[in-house]
Amino acid sequence: MQAKKGDWVQIHFIALNPEERSEHLPDDTKKLPLEIRIKGFLEDKEAELNEIVTIKTPIGRLIKGRLEKINPRYEHNFGEPIPELLHINSDILKIGDVDE
Amino acid sequence: MSKSYESIMQRQVEIIKKSVGVDYNQYEIEGIAFDYERMMQDAGYSIEEIQKIQQETGVGQTPLIELKNINKLVKKLSEKGKGARIFIKDEQTNPSGSFKDRRASISVYKAKEMGYKGVIAATSGNYGAAVASQAAKRGLKSIIVQECFDSKGIGQPEILEKERACAAYGSEVVQVSVGPELFYYTLLLLDETGFFNASLYSPFGIAGIETLGWEIASQTKKMIGKFPEVVVSTHAGGGLTTGTARGLRKAGATNTKIIGASVDLRGLHMASDRDFNRKSFTTGHTGFGIPFAVFPDRSDVPRNAARVLRYMDRYVLVTQGEVFYITELLAKLEGIQRGPAGNTSLAAAFAIAKEMNEDEVIVVNETEYTGAGKLPSAQLTFAKQNGIEIKIGDPIKEDKPGKRIVIPKHPSQIGYIEIPMFQLKESYVKEIVKRWNKNTFTQKEIDFIAEDIRENKKIVKDLIDKVLLD
Repeated sequence: MQAKKGDWVQIHFIALNPEERSEHLPDDTKKLPLEIRIKGFLEDKEAELNEIVTIKTPIGRLIKGRLEKINPRYEHNFGEPIPELLHINSDILKIGDVDE
Repeated sequence: MSKSYESIMQRQVEIIKKSVGVDYNQYEIEGIAFDYERMMQDAGYSIEEIQKIQQETGVGQTPLIELKNINKLVKKLSEKGKGARIFIKDEQTNPSGSFKDRRASISVYKAKEMGYKGVIAATSGNYGAAVASQAAKRGLKSIIVQECFDSKGIGQPEILEKERACAAYGSEVVQVSVGPELFYYTLLLLDETGFFNASLYSPFGIAGIETLGWEIASQTKKMIGKFPEVVVSTHAGGGLTTGTARGLRKAGATNTKIIGASVDLRGLHMASDRDFNRKSFTTGHTGFGIPFAVFPDRSDVPRNAARVLRYMDRYVLVTQGEVFYITELLAKLEGIQRGPAGNTSLAAAFAIAKEMNEDEVIVVNETEYTGAGKLPSAQLTFAKQNGIEIKIGDPIKEDKPGKRIVIPKHPSQIGYIEIPMFQLKESYVKEIVKRWNKNTFTQKEIDFIAEDIRENKKIVKDLIDKVLLD
């Protein structure tokens, strides 16, 4: 996939490698890098995914990183109906009309 | 200038001084002691001024609503003569949907007044949206730095929703993987941009909440002719509880008991990449509630203005399952759909009301907006995807943070876990001894501790002796 100048994109870069991180970290986090993702408008004329690019953020900062997503979508949603919560309505009915 | 972790952290004091507009040195007294009240006074705004600043951007004056149907249910579940009336302060009517607009409004106003071009806040929650929204209203740029995803690049739906909200208000959102170095990167950005540090813990951040306590006092007085016996607020970093209590006092409600409530996530490590997505609550939980109560100065400013041990009368915990249940109850019985995190205090209030007299009043401090990513269904779907067991049962007995969420079988099972205040005060002394490497204390330091944990000097001395002996 190719992005063009002005496209809304997401970049990724490493802010700290594992050995550069704070000393006080739990073991599972200690072995990982500190990663950063930022979205903005592509500055380069053209770029492929995974290339190092520059973006201009909504407030105008220029930042370099690896092109990770083009027009990144919002993926969070309302979730699925949860059976364990669905019983609550009938519970309340069983307790009786609260207006009684 | 080097951007390494060490070099940025070494320049922390200098960067903060430039970015927050407060010279904290002038409040230092001796050793651990500093002049808290003078620092708060110097924030420079009276309640009337804060109200005026907030009205300019549509913040505050939120409705206080009696939960009449929930209250009938509480009475039904209580012994004769018991079952206090619960009122809710509906903070979701603020511009970005939570009480955090109050906090952001003063910081952003201050930033504008002092000539900063932009503001930066490190937060994964509602505060980010509030700062972004207030910055938009005042024509400032904003950068929101959020701890957002684990090493697989997976983020909590609630935090992702906040990213969307911040982006909608025009912010640059910097999404960081798990770890406390969020603050390192925030410092780096403050240094690079010269923006204002809209810290949650500056005197401005706390002053902005005082109107919340003030409004609770004046609204209850008007509606029921008296101040509430109890105000329950969700406790995380301590700002909500501190600011509300200060506002209540300024309005004359000095006998109102302040109860803090957090979601019980004890046992989960807040800086663990593995634990990060095993919690359903990204704020209002023990991971902030306990450390910030017992050592407030761990924040991004040298002296934290949020100091709950000065104000909190009781501290209770509720489980994740209870909060989800009460969120459903609020929707089904009152027709009010609000975000789960804000309902932490409602879950606690529901249980506490059963023990109070029926002529007493309990105000639940805040609600927050809800929507995709923030609903119980979104949170529990995510929990299931992360291997968390969801079951119906007895929430307090069977709850296991990070492993199992238990939805109550019946509303009578909504209870709370009491954390004795004195236990927190002892931990406070322990933290001071540990972090300041202390074994002797001057009189001024003892006076300060006595004020900071609201105990007399004899008790403070005994506590110090006990901690030093251990």
